[in-house]
Amino acid sequence: MTTSEVTRQGVRGERPGRDAVTGGRRAPGRRKGRGRGERLMVPDADFRSYYGRPVLNQVVWADYDIAGYLFLGGLAGASSVLAAGAEFTGRPGLAGPLKAGALVAIGGSVAALVHDLGRPERFLNMLRMVKPTSPMSVGSWLLAGYGPLAGAAAAAHLAGRLRGPGRAAALGRALRGPGRAATVGAALLGPAVATYTAPLLCDTAVPAWHEGYREMPFVFVGSAAAAAGGLGMAAAPVAQAGPARAAAVLGAGLELAAAARMRRRMGMVGETYRTGRAGRLMRAATALTTAGALTGALLGRRSRAAAAAAGAALLAGSACTRFGVFHAGTASAADPKYTVAPQRARIDAADADRAAGAGGSAAGDAGAADIPVPRASA
Amino acid sequence: MAVDSRGTADAAPQHGSGEQRPRMGFFTDTSVCIGCKACEVACKEWNAVPEDGLDFTGMSYDNTTGLGADTWRHVAFIEQRRPLGAQETGAGRAPVDLGMPAVGRPGDDPDPATLGDFRWLMSSDVCKHCTHAACLDVCPTGALFRTEFGTVVVQEDVCNGCGYCVPACPYGVIDKREDDGRVWKCTLCYDRIGDGLEPACAKACPTDSIQFGELDELRGRAAARVERLHGEGVSSARLYGADPDDGVGGAGAFFLLLDEPEVYGLPPDPVVTTRDLPDMWKHAGLAALTLLAGGVAATILGRTR
Repeated sequence: MTTSEVTRQGVRGERPGRDAVTGGRRAPGRRKGRGRGERLMVPDADFRSYYGRPVLNQVVWADYDIAGYLFLGGLAGASSVLAAGAEFTGRPGLAGPLKAGALVAIGGSVAALVHDLGRPERFLNMLRMVKPTSPMSVGSWLLAGYGPLAGAAAAAHLAGRLRGPGRAAALGRALRGPGRAATVGAALLGPAVATYTAPLLCDTAVPAWHEGYREMPFVFVGSAAAAAGGLGMAAAPVAQAGPARAAAVLGAGLELAAAARMRRRMGMVGETYRTGRAGRLMRAATALTTAGALTGALLGRRSRAAAAAAGAALLAGSACTRFGVFHAGTASAADPKYTVAPQRARIDAADADRAAGAGGSAAGDAGAADIPVPRASA
Repeated sequence: MAVDSRGTADAAPQHGSGEQRPRMGFFTDTSVCIGCKACEVACKEWNAVPEDGLDFTGMSYDNTTGLGADTWRHVAFIEQRRPLGAQETGAGRAPVDLGMPAVGRPGDDPDPATLGDFRWLMSSDVCKHCTHAACLDVCPTGALFRTEFGTVVVQEDVCNGCGYCVPACPYGVIDKREDDGRVWKCTLCYDRIGDGLEPACAKACPTDSIQFGELDELRGRAAARVERLHGEGVSSARLYGADPDDGVGGAGAFFLLLDEPEVYGLPPDPVVTTRDLPDMWKHAGLAALTLLAGGVAATILGRTR
């Protein structure tokens, strides 16, 4: 039987053998009672874990597919809203590129979604049922409704540009009514397409996503509006791009404000948005979005080149936001700290509440107030 | 296409066949687990689960590391310099270091107060078969479903590998199999229990650390066991997942642990993510209206500029 441990400093814990005196005094510090107390080798750190391994299984989505989809879906949805506004205020030069952009973006996002499936050949299983508890099911149905509308709106716009007395022009005129209906439909479904991706991410156990569920839809909506504004600025003639510039400024403001509030509200989990890859992406997003919105607002009316540059910056900023949010989530799932510490704080706060309720002691209340509780409804 | 009108398929007997079966589950009593891993092997054998990596981790005797697509039972090993309750002889002599594997760095002087204290925590982890199962709630295809035994099972012929259930699980149980594209997890041996057999892991467990049975009965048994352990001086014994009022509505597979759950790699206070989903939709709806209103505002503002 093993009786000792061999260390670099020699053998320790050798068995005293027959030297042990029966009835000798207990070693000092040894507690009475059996197995009581919580003595540990190291003082309690902020959190404990199983060899530092994550509690959650890791997100299996590829960032280019899913973060790319978040960006493209947002761009498409917000573009459809702006396109409808442009159509009804006589700005075909703005409506056209936005409709085309929406169609390309939604096509790309569906392709990214199918590509990310483990079994792409079964993608139609997404439409097996309607399931409100699954944002992905809701989203599949939204895409199934929105995609054809965006396509019809873009196709009718193209047909409407055909000129002359021939059959083609007649087709364009015939399609004007249905085209307008599709434009309105896409504008009504567009915001849902741009927004539902927030619950899609937040309805998981990933701390950096779930804890941000109140602000995330506003971050996404702002980011989507900024991207659509950027697309409009980059693609439309300066004289018609007024709504795009306004959307860029409004969207950028909303996105930056909501993201800041989200990070603050999240407590320690918010640091995943400030550090590492996610931190770099979020900082790049802030810089690009701010620069794009300001350039667009100040110079976008005068200079075509400035408008194009601002538009590109806004599109890149929106993409950075989505990739940043994605990577903050994966970082928070990979470190057990972000899973364990907030849950432990929640338990401790509940215990303190219970103790305070039972004993009526003010000390218990003060202790509970000091513990940051990440979930208001806990 | 079917509309899931219940919204959430919680574990109450409410199934198409109309057959009312008692809810079945596991009670894993880790105080008698000896870390033999027979459960891991039996599970792999019965369910034909492929190899899950042959790594050396240095994590005590655990080279399995955690639950995943190809690991449906996982035995955790934790070495602690703490006395297991009732381990002390009470003979009144100075504690003697038995030279058991140390947790400190080599050369560290052992604290005389804890000299000789050693316990080995072993626990066989498994899918919790939650009452409110996030994986099942978020599955867009209906591949995950609630069986007549109240368990949660993946239909591998329906799963399209979207991977949504993976980050939804608060315990890190379900995962995607790399070469296959679909998700896999414990079925509570759906094929066996339908035939009146115990699940493979419970059948193979030599110490009855894994107990299979009707959940209500298991909960009663577990409560009695904790009381008994407390009486014997094992004050660290506690139940995990047995409370029907916890964040997942109680687990169908629950545990008797000897330390805090996070020490075993379990979340201390898991909450089914879909609990907040109605609130999420509310916020998302507001945001969508904001975008619509913002689009109108931008169109109007854009005129004057």
